[in-house]
Amino acid sequence: MGQPDVIIIGAGPAGVRAAEALVGAGLRPTIIDEGRRAGGQIYRRQPENFRRPYGELYGTEAGRAKALHDGFDALAGRVDYRPETLVWNIADRHVWTAAGGRQQALPFDALLLCTGATDRLMPVKGWDLAGTYSLGGAQVALKAQACAIGRRVAFVGTGPLLYLVAAQYVKAGAGVAAVLDTSPFAARVAALPKLLAQPGVLRDGVALTLALKRAGVALHAGVEPLEVLGDADAGVTGLRFRDGRGRERAIGADAVALGYHLRPETQLADLARCAFAFEPKTRQWLPERDGDGRSSVPGVYLAGDGARILGARSAEATGRLAALAVLADLGLPVDAGELADLRRQVAGYARFAEGLAEAFPWPAAQAGKLPDETVLCRCENVTAGDLRRTVREAGAKEANRAKAFSRVGMGRCQGRYCGQAAAEVVAAEAGVPVEQVGRLRGQAPVKPLPIAIEEDAP
Amino acid sequence: MSGHQPPSDVLVIGGGLMGTSAALFLRQRGVSVTLLESDLVGRQASGTNFGNVRRQGRPIGQLPLANRAIEIWRNANALLGSDVEYLQSGHIRVCYRERPEMADKMEAYAAEARHAGLELELLSGNALRARFPFLGPEVMAGSYSALDGHANPRLVAPAFARAAIRAGAVVHENTKVTAAAKVGDDFEVATADGRTFRATVLLVTAGAWGPLLSAQFGEPVPLVARGPNMSVTEPVPYAIAPAVGVMTPVEEETVYFRQVARGNIVLGGSTRGPAYPDLVRSYVLPQNTLSQLRQLRRLAPALGKLNIIRVWSGIEGYLPDSLPVMGPSARVSGLYYAFGFSGSGFQIGPGVGATMAELIATGSTAIPIDAYRVDRFPAAA
Ligand SMILES: Cc1cc2nc3c(=O)[nH]c(=O)nc-3n(C[C@H](O)[C@@H](O)[C@H](O)COP(=O)(O)OP(=O)(O)OC[C@H]3O[C@@H](n4cnc5c(N)ncnc54)[C@H](O)[C@@H]3O)c2cc1C
Ligand SMILES: Cc1cc2nc3c(=O)[nH]c(=O)nc-3n(C[C@H](O)[C@H](O)[C@H](O)COP(=O)(O)OP(=O)(O)OC[C@H]3O[C@@H](n4cnc5c(N)ncnc54)[C@H](O)[C@@H]3O)c2cc1C
Repeated sequence: MGQPDVIIIGAGPAGVRAAEALVGAGLRPTIIDEGRRAGGQIYRRQPENFRRPYGELYGTEAGRAKALHDGFDALAGRVDYRPETLVWNIADRHVWTAAGGRQQALPFDALLLCTGATDRLMPVKGWDLAGTYSLGGAQVALKAQACAIGRRVAFVGTGPLLYLVAAQYVKAGAGVAAVLDTSPFAARVAALPKLLAQPGVLRDGVALTLALKRAGVALHAGVEPLEVLGDADAGVTGLRFRDGRGRERAIGADAVALGYHLRPETQLADLARCAFAFEPKTRQWLPERDGDGRSSVPGVYLAGDGARILGARSAEATGRLAALAVLADLGLPVDAGELADLRRQVAGYARFAEGLAEAFPWPAAQAGKLPDETVLCRCENVTAGDLRRTVREAGAKEANRAKAFSRVGMGRCQGRYCGQAAAEVVAAEAGVPVEQVGRLRGQAPVKPLPIAIEEDAP
Repeated sequence: MSGHQPPSDVLVIGGGLMGTSAALFLRQRGVSVTLLESDLVGRQASGTNFGNVRRQGRPIGQLPLANRAIEIWRNANALLGSDVEYLQSGHIRVCYRERPEMADKMEAYAAEARHAGLELELLSGNALRARFPFLGPEVMAGSYSALDGHANPRLVAPAFARAAIRAGAVVHENTKVTAAAKVGDDFEVATADGRTFRATVLLVTAGAWGPLLSAQFGEPVPLVARGPNMSVTEPVPYAIAPAVGVMTPVEEETVYFRQVARGNIVLGGSTRGPAYPDLVRSYVLPQNTLSQLRQLRRLAPALGKLNIIRVWSGIEGYLPDSLPVMGPSARVSGLYYAFGFSGSGFQIGPGVGATMAELIATGSTAIPIDAYRVDRFPAAA
């Protein structure tokens, strides 16, 4: 056979390292990414005309960011790189792309999905007020546009990103009203043995907390967010929450950044018809894969945070590992020593990630307590009460049934942001385990597709 | 969950719009009903369709049934005790300059339809564009039906099922019928979970799966399952009242759209995709989405500014003459069929339920259904 068609979707750490391994074996993979420049989420590159130094942009991760960007640049001419190109569908062993208003279908023999992650969100009453952002959105505003989402920002949620973005705001001179973490401090202590699997990352995390404290930012653990305060005219004016000791409190803020760690971007795996399984530790549905990244569908591979949230360093390792699996399956030689070494690395990252999941658990129980008037699905404006009514009155106890009746998750984000919280609301109302509620089936297009799209000849 | 279940007068197999509405109307006639549904009610064709509540374009002989249905649609919210988002906001059928013969057909149809109680207003392309400026220059003529409209398919059949239950019907979901036979004077129906149900009358409303059951009574039906393509845009300000569709003999050109009160525009049509009833799956092929968008731009170029945010399909059973199987069995007394609605069962659905209930309870109906006889197909070899 001639050169096999290998396509990588995502030019973040996973996709870039996968491409390197494939090029190293003499292949010429196609790399597709929606973004304008390679780098992915954490190592997002600034626009060409910006000249901010690496240290300023990436902090402790500057060295890794530079290494990844250099690694990618070194592939020039040996890969078919397609930036600003959305993969909107996968069907019939083709990847369906849209770029600049044009559509093209590309055949593949092997497909690596390196699609990364987005914020995991738990709604709170009032989060639909202007001035509420996801943590990721707050960070992108700072990184890409060098502007803060507010002058006095309350950071609410849980997970390492909560502290990271808050610290980045402090560093940029933006006002931080408080950091409100839903996880109890004790959970972090209990998770320490697992977190020690990556002492460097743990140290950086602790350093962030200390930097926030030094800057005089109030840090609360074990909180329960009750309501984003404000009104339609003024937007966000504050936040009401119950603190770790059960006292109700309110703080003033003109913006809220919200996030509960991350969720993998799995829609393409769904369209590729990969099987999914429920992971009880994080209470999310993940595409099934073997240790090296093979999905349940022959020829489709998964790597990076899009397969399972293990962080940026692990993404580099799982990307390379999945590429080695591609090579092995194509009958090309693979270095057994490297394979073993990568597997060992990933096992360490997995242990650390398990520690993070225990230290910063998804606050599932909050979903059951959301007041009925809380907007749950912001695209379709569905409240928690609307959804509960479909459970009670129409008997919808399954995610897609609840969607069909209430429109939850039917909007432009296709449930990416509300889907997991909606499943918890249904589970709580129906009194069934959340895994029984299931997950929303993915549908094309992964992101909105222009009706005016034009087709290229194949 | 095994053993014999309490008998009822009528056993209905399949909880789509046909089965659930028949169950409600049978209860209104005092007949005891048990309905068996292999999944959840209204999740297949009845819950995934485009939502057109359209009479125009149906065979003239079907208009009495469609008119019976429209009466039910108008009172649906009161009848069902829940809002099924029925909007009687009109329906336009247009044809293109490239196919002028369609305009003649439209005119002839309008004349006949008037006698069957359906008023249609014929409009030239320019008159249409003056009234509905979103229509494109290729539109040559059109026919407007003020008293047609659309509804939310996801809500309708489940609402019929709840109303039927309130009226005393017994509905078993997640109950798949694996075998059905007539034993003595009764029908005996076995389900995948090992239960047996009995009744004196059996009504098969199993959609694309209907032939699997009719074949058990020696009545094979040449049904082909396919999946029409649907898409929906993000919400935009509500501006398009009527549902709009193209009249054309070419499958690829048949596109249609409607705007829901929330603002999203639902579009459907063009080349249908494959459907796999045995796997309970249907897929939207990307090339069919693209041809649908291409055809939509012809019909309404203004919509080219929007994005679609989701596509879907559903499993529908098509018969060679595009008419359903509806009426009594030709071989077995007490056995009735209503399936294979060939892409146009949503509007008539409640009328089908009412007519089947009437037929079963009284032995006859004034609604013409002879064209839908199960034995009209040349015997499959
Ligand atoms: C806001 C945010 C901040 C984060 N900060 C950190 C951090 O500080 N430290 C850390 O360890 N981790 C962080 N993470 C997690 C982070 O995503 C990574 O661990 C790392 O970027 C994962 O690498 P990846 O290659 O798996 O995916 P990513 O780096 O996310 O790359 C995925 C790429 O796939 C592309 N893509 C996805 N879908 C499509 C499609 N349909 N068509 C075309 N292209 C597509 C995206 O454009 C993206 O460039 C953060 C995540 C988020 C969301
Ligand atoms: C995508 C799409 C778009 C459409 N658009 C329109 C439109 O705009 N206007 C219009 O008028 N029509 C439209 N139609 C057609 C219309 O939806 C159907 O004709 C109608 O819903 C058929 O209803 P039904 O009850 O016969 O079938 P279904 O709704 O399919 O119901 C049959 C039921 O039987 C159950 N069943 C099958 N076998 C068994 C068994 N062995 N045991 C127990 N239960 C069983 C199934 O699970 C199913 O729930 C469309 C169809 C589709 C798929």
